[in-house]
Amino acid sequence: MAKVMSRRLFWDRTFTVLLWGAGCLVIGLTGTLFTALFWRALPLLHRQPLSELLMGTQWQPAKEAFGFLPFLIGSLGVTLTAMAIAVPLSLLTAVYLAEYARPTVRLLLKPMVDLMAGIPSVVYGVFGVLVIVPAVGKLAAFVKTYLPSVPLLTPSAPPTGYSLLAGGIVLALMVSPTVIAVMDEILRSIPMSLREAALALGATRWETVRFVVLRAGHPGIVSAVLLGFARAFGETMAVVMVVGNVPSIPKSLFDPAYPLPALIANSYGEMMSVPLYDAALMLAALWLFLSVLAVNLVAQHFLRRVRRGWAG
Amino acid sequence: MTWRRRQERWMKVAMMAATSLLIGSFFALLTVLVVKGWQAISWSMVVKLPTGGAYFGGEGGILNAIVGSLLLAVGATSLSLLVALPTALLLQPDYAGRKKFAQFLRSLLDGLWGVPSIVYGACGYALLVALGWRACLLGGLIALAFVELPIMVRAMDEALGIVPKAMKEAAYALAFTRYETMRHVVLRQALPSLVTAVLLAFGRGIGDAASVLFTAGYTDNIPRSLFDPVASLPLTVFFLLNTPFEEGQRRAYAAAFVLLVLVLAVNVLARVITKPLSRYIVR
Amino acid sequence: MPRIVVRNLSVYYGSHQALRDVSVEIPDGQITVVLGPSGCGKTTFLRCLNRLIDLTEGAKVTGEVFLDGENILAKDADLLRLRQKVGMLTQKPQVFPMSIYENVAFGAWLKGLRDKKALDELVRQCLQRVHLLEEVRDRLFAPAFQLSVGQQQRLCLARALAVEPEVLLCDEPTSALDPLSAQKVEELFRELKERYTIVLVTHSLRQAKRLADYVLFFYMGELVEHGPAQQVFSEPREERTRAFLTGVIG
Repeated sequence: MAKVMSRRLFWDRTFTVLLWGAGCLVIGLTGTLFTALFWRALPLLHRQPLSELLMGTQWQPAKEAFGFLPFLIGSLGVTLTAMAIAVPLSLLTAVYLAEYARPTVRLLLKPMVDLMAGIPSVVYGVFGVLVIVPAVGKLAAFVKTYLPSVPLLTPSAPPTGYSLLAGGIVLALMVSPTVIAVMDEILRSIPMSLREAALALGATRWETVRFVVLRAGHPGIVSAVLLGFARAFGETMAVVMVVGNVPSIPKSLFDPAYPLPALIANSYGEMMSVPLYDAALMLAALWLFLSVLAVNLVAQHFLRRVRRGWAG
Repeated sequence: MTWRRRQERWMKVAMMAATSLLIGSFFALLTVLVVKGWQAISWSMVVKLPTGGAYFGGEGGILNAIVGSLLLAVGATSLSLLVALPTALLLQPDYAGRKKFAQFLRSLLDGLWGVPSIVYGACGYALLVALGWRACLLGGLIALAFVELPIMVRAMDEALGIVPKAMKEAAYALAFTRYETMRHVVLRQALPSLVTAVLLAFGRGIGDAASVLFTAGYTDNIPRSLFDPVASLPLTVFFLLNTPFEEGQRRAYAAAFVLLVLVLAVNVLARVITKPLSRYIVR
Repeated sequence: MPRIVVRNLSVYYGSHQALRDVSVEIPDGQITVVLGPSGCGKTTFLRCLNRLIDLTEGAKVTGEVFLDGENILAKDADLLRLRQKVGMLTQKPQVFPMSIYENVAFGAWLKGLRDKKALDELVRQCLQRVHLLEEVRDRLFAPAFQLSVGQQQRLCLARALAVEPEVLLCDEPTSALDPLSAQKVEELFRELKERYTIVLVTHSLRQAKRLADYVLFFYMGELVEHGPAQQVFSEPREERTRAFLTGVIG
């Protein structure tokens, strides 16, 4: 009996050690990740101060000019465009699914939304190239002809459809399912009693949603948007296929842009041939890593607080 | 009074419009891909290797990419699982769950959850260069495993957390050790959700391009060792979509189609498999 | 036969004291009923007896509990052996996600009993003793969750008996059951008390009167009074006991 017992305790202890090992491994690997990126970016950081790199507008690696500004603006532009499209659409859809849709409709639509979330980015990219880019191109031609000098709208060069807007639309499609899923979860977690109280006071369904439900779910909704933002900011493949990839600051929605992830993806072939090029790309990756991590942490922090609020 | 009702009606219209727009885009996407893919796909496309010069309209199929993607996804998912499951268990209150360490680890994994896969790819590349290796299957496996890890841990953490505390206490009261409780009670109760988590990560692994872009390389052949480069379906699409040669484009559409089919299949599998796995679980 | 001796047992949840300096000796071979209004510390007391209190977040325990002369609250106490000796039944039956057979057999299997015939025999015996065998004999390998709540509770009892304990701790074991199942379970306790020491928590005075040989009356974390059932029920010494018995409090 004692032999059995000590064997059982042995397995228990070994298992516990393994678990702790895995946890420490995860932490160690994350640290290695960060360190590796930082290490490889260092040569460039030694040469030029970070502020100069971030504000520089010339990107000519052969001449050792590494101005990241066009890419930062490109990333921001594409992401903000995407969020401007995605947030209202997602919010409306999430509210519809959670508050209005009949159970059978919801049962049909929710799995579809989940399915959309799983579609690989290159597939979205193909859709973008085949459908969205031509459509945007036609729209751009229309705008150029009939609205020749509207800021932010008029294309500065003959428009090809490969543009900020195309990138924004594709990203919006990619990011919406995730955002909808989180918002849906938040909305469904709000207790029925809150809604019933509002309805009992004579509010319409929409008024209930607007003044009670959304207010109650506010932090969660914000988290969902932040998560979407982070996802869009870092998305690579679909964007690089439709956004044009011209390293200049886009002046209109119909101009091509060059977000950071696209830069990294496109340059890998030439990385090793030009000195400091790889350091620049590692710096770009590091920047991406840190900014997305930061936004994610903030969003997750709020989300956990909201979720814990229900359990308590 | 009536404008409130009108507002209600308008909002309802807006909501249904938004939903239709999104779902409509989804169907448009499926249609486009199925149409283009169906035109491009054929038996020989699926079972033959490309005979070289794919970009320039060479002959052959995409077997290299199909096998490559499966190798990458299965390998990376297994690798990830090896670390993800113990980590998720560690996060449970039975182990480190209540201590600060667990909070820290959870926050870390939360942060990692959204890190773009291109970052993992870039980092993997840096590592490969530092080691003096070339892009290969092993590099791709590791980068992809990194991508899948936070997804898996998060989903498994949730699955394990749902197991009722009272059930675990019943096991402890019967003199089960923690290991025995986890293995024989908790894992069994959480099994359907755990399997779904793995399938979810697998689906992500087949479709991810940015992480394997730098680390796995590309080739017309099927790798014979861990240190050979390997092709993948997403990269086939990425490289070949814009060739001016129809043969190359066909291969891109075929690859996109196969990718879509695989991802949908995994999704369906995840739903279908839940029921039989749930036979014994307590609701 | 074990003797449970409790000395100066106190339990704190943060700054709130749930048990105040409890000292008592629990007799062998009898049904000791732990009585009192809700929230008075009965469950906390019970969970100290098999150290399940360890699993409650933020619980601090001081004092001593002796089982067969050994202090089970000591840091180096053998928890596995303790929990094998002291079994537990909860209010809501918690069956494992396995078949009926496996639920009963598992504890013994872990203890080292691997011989299939012996396991079969053990399972039959335990199911028989809780009068469940006839009801499940043709579906021993069906999921345990398919049983009714009353059957599940009896299954949990069989499961507890299978590891051959000496003490049974029962936390309101019939409050989640319908009256018929509750009655069956109560009868089982009467049968079992010959071989086991049973400590049963209940807030139902009537159940206590039906089952108790010895009574522990708790109020607000304090052990107000204890003694043989007849004595406590007919001639309680304390005012609070009297108040509870007449329904003024609780």
